[in-house]
Amino acid sequence: MQVVWLRSSLALRDLQAFIQHTVVYCKMDPKLKKTKNSSSNSANSPDSTHSSFPFPDEVLERVLSFLHSHKDRSSVSLVCKDWYNAERWTRTKLFIGNCYSVSPEIVARRFPRIKSVTLKGKPRFSDFNLVPQHWGADVHSWLVVFAKVYPFLEELRLKRMTLNDESLKFLATSFPGFKALSLLSCEGFSTDGLKAIATHCKNLTELDIQENGMDDLGGGWLSCFSENCSSLEVLNFASLNSEVSFDALEKLVRRCKSLRILKVNKSITLDQLQQLLVLAPQLIELGTGSFQQELTPLQYEGLGIAFSNCKNLQTLSGFWEDTSLHLPVLYAACPSLTFLNLSYATLRSGELAKIVAHSPNIRRLWVLDTVGDKGLEAVGSSCPFLEELRVFPADPFEQDLHHGVTEAGFLAVSHGCRKLHYVLYFCRQMTNAAVATIVQNCPDFTHFRLCIMNPGERDYLTNEPMDEAFGAVVKTCTNLQRLALSGLLTDLTFEYIGKYAKNLEALSVAFAGSSDGGMQCVLQGCPKLRKLEIRDCPFGNAALLSGIEKYETMRSLWMSACNVTMSACKLLAKEMPRLNVEVMRDEGSDESQADKVYIYRTVAGPRRDAPPFVVTL
Amino acid sequence: MERAAVYDNELNLKATELRLGLPGADESEKQSSRNNKRSSAEMDDSRDKDEQESAPAPKAQVVGWPPVRSYRKNILHQKNESDLSGIFVKVSMDGAPYLRKIDLKVYINYQDLLKALENMFKCSIGVYSEREGYDGSEFAPTYEDKDGDWMLVGDVPWDMFITSCKRLRIMKGSEAKGLGCL
Repeated sequence: MQVVWLRSSLALRDLQAFIQHTVVYCKMDPKLKKTKNSSSNSANSPDSTHSSFPFPDEVLERVLSFLHSHKDRSSVSLVCKDWYNAERWTRTKLFIGNCYSVSPEIVARRFPRIKSVTLKGKPRFSDFNLVPQHWGADVHSWLVVFAKVYPFLEELRLKRMTLNDESLKFLATSFPGFKALSLLSCEGFSTDGLKAIATHCKNLTELDIQENGMDDLGGGWLSCFSENCSSLEVLNFASLNSEVSFDALEKLVRRCKSLRILKVNKSITLDQLQQLLVLAPQLIELGTGSFQQELTPLQYEGLGIAFSNCKNLQTLSGFWEDTSLHLPVLYAACPSLTFLNLSYATLRSGELAKIVAHSPNIRRLWVLDTVGDKGLEAVGSSCPFLEELRVFPADPFEQDLHHGVTEAGFLAVSHGCRKLHYVLYFCRQMTNAAVATIVQNCPDFTHFRLCIMNPGERDYLTNEPMDEAFGAVVKTCTNLQRLALSGLLTDLTFEYIGKYAKNLEALSVAFAGSSDGGMQCVLQGCPKLRKLEIRDCPFGNAALLSGIEKYETMRSLWMSACNVTMSACKLLAKEMPRLNVEVMRDEGSDESQADKVYIYRTVAGPRRDAPPFVVTL
Repeated sequence: MERAAVYDNELNLKATELRLGLPGADESEKQSSRNNKRSSAEMDDSRDKDEQESAPAPKAQVVGWPPVRSYRKNILHQKNESDLSGIFVKVSMDGAPYLRKIDLKVYINYQDLLKALENMFKCSIGVYSEREGYDGSEFAPTYEDKDGDWMLVGDVPWDMFITSCKRLRIMKGSEAKGLGCL
């Protein structure tokens, strides 16, 4: 009897099906089992006919096809060779959290039937310009292999990858059944590449372009969709600025009856938006265009009616222009909203208060700190079901303390929204006491990302370091998975983390800590740690090497502007051949200093595409 | 020493120039923030470098901190640039029957502004010189500043000018004589 641990997120229905099938076939006559395992690669499993399982392979495969989570599948594949094989034959979705941890060839050998791929590339700190240009994570070599091995690939989701227009053209023309493309924080391509996708992917259901470092050469790509294309379900071009042909868009929306997510860009006026809403009242997610326009009373009324007819609307975003003029037209749609993304709208407290008053069912709310503490108070009183709050800074480089939000706003939300479990909060002042109260109110935090914007900022009331704040977080929030630190922090914070944060998977540290001991506490104390990113901290070689055993259990470690030297990195690389230890040196710095270190586990060996400034030890 | 009426480039001439403005006044602040229509990563890198080099006096800016994604930074930056409402000031000209109103934000430097004024009022204003003002010109542009004082247009750095200018008056050259001399 083998035991397989599965995540509790497995859908109950799937689990029941899994169990039913397993139980039924356990009772089957073992003689019914096939004697020869013809479907799996004989090189992989010479012992398969002697396994202790009475299941024919097809049965096991059928059973395993109920598993969707890649983590569950990973667990399953470790049970025995039979299960490993059955799993690899039934896996259709591939998730690769670090594109350099494995090679396309290895993937292709193991999984023959992949239809959907998610690939993540650069380290997260590349979002903040800490990774030089041309670092890598180019998708092309993956596409070439996929074209050979997975000609029926349907979905590709890329995050922090590099790709150029040639790759997009290759993608568009190599996979006849291609359906869904999602690009988030990628770079290197332009709207010309999108033209290829729109032109060639006849069955496209999803085109989701978000926040990429891309060249917007014009909106002509939208007109490349063929008149026969009616399969679109998701279209997100909110982050592109160029004007698109409204005529083309209107026709597209009209014929794509299954469209459920539409996020348009700034070039679409309110008037045009209204026309689109009339055509697509079935929308579940809407991204508005420019929300600023002189409207006649009739147009205004029409817009209000259009919104009220969208009975399924759950998500609203966009609001690129600075206006509160037309917000009331939304009110009719607000009651059904669960996610409101106002993070590009410079709203004031009163305006936010009015919106949230109409949106009692909000689960996720993203705002700019222009709403102030007063705006957040309104959130606290109006949104009892709030689970996620993100407050972004409108003026991140502004030194003036009188802008934005403070601990008061966060406190107010925590009083009113007891189900809060995800927070990203940018502020300029915080106190230990406030954070302690906040986590008392909301002990279920799984993601706690607090950014006190001035590095090394103290508790502004007591002038103490912020150690006790994060101590309170890790002591109280036992389910904490992700933590981002800020403020003046000593090693005490890291002692707390090592001692209490037993479920912590991702930790982000900047301008914190006093000595190697801090980092050591975390490496030794957090069993589930997978991602650790550190910048500008006084952690040196001893700290780095204390984790020598740990790094293979993690996805990656990033350390920049710390006190690590090349010799320690070389030692680490020598001892741990299954890690890639990559160093990037800053211009003009000492030869012996390892300014930027990126360490990750891999089965693919050292990178073959590393640029000259990335040294693999 | 004659200083050319060229304020459009942030040249090192600034280091040796004589002016009435406060030393260290915000000249180079906004230089790097113009024209960031592309949100490509290359632009982000160069912008960040600019921000680092022309850091505001109180604190040097750190690369990648606060951790705000480039895309978001760009958007907010564009918003800040465009959301600043126009600086509308009245312009009168001696002898003209009615006033005009212009938006100072539309112009990028003195040259730009003076040319526009010349076109608007069909007059000739000439070239600024620190010593002589607009001596020799038919007209001289003056402005009322925040303190209520009438100043000669061109003395202070452009950015300081547009934030302190309350109204403009194009004076007859003969009346303006003596205003430009120190």
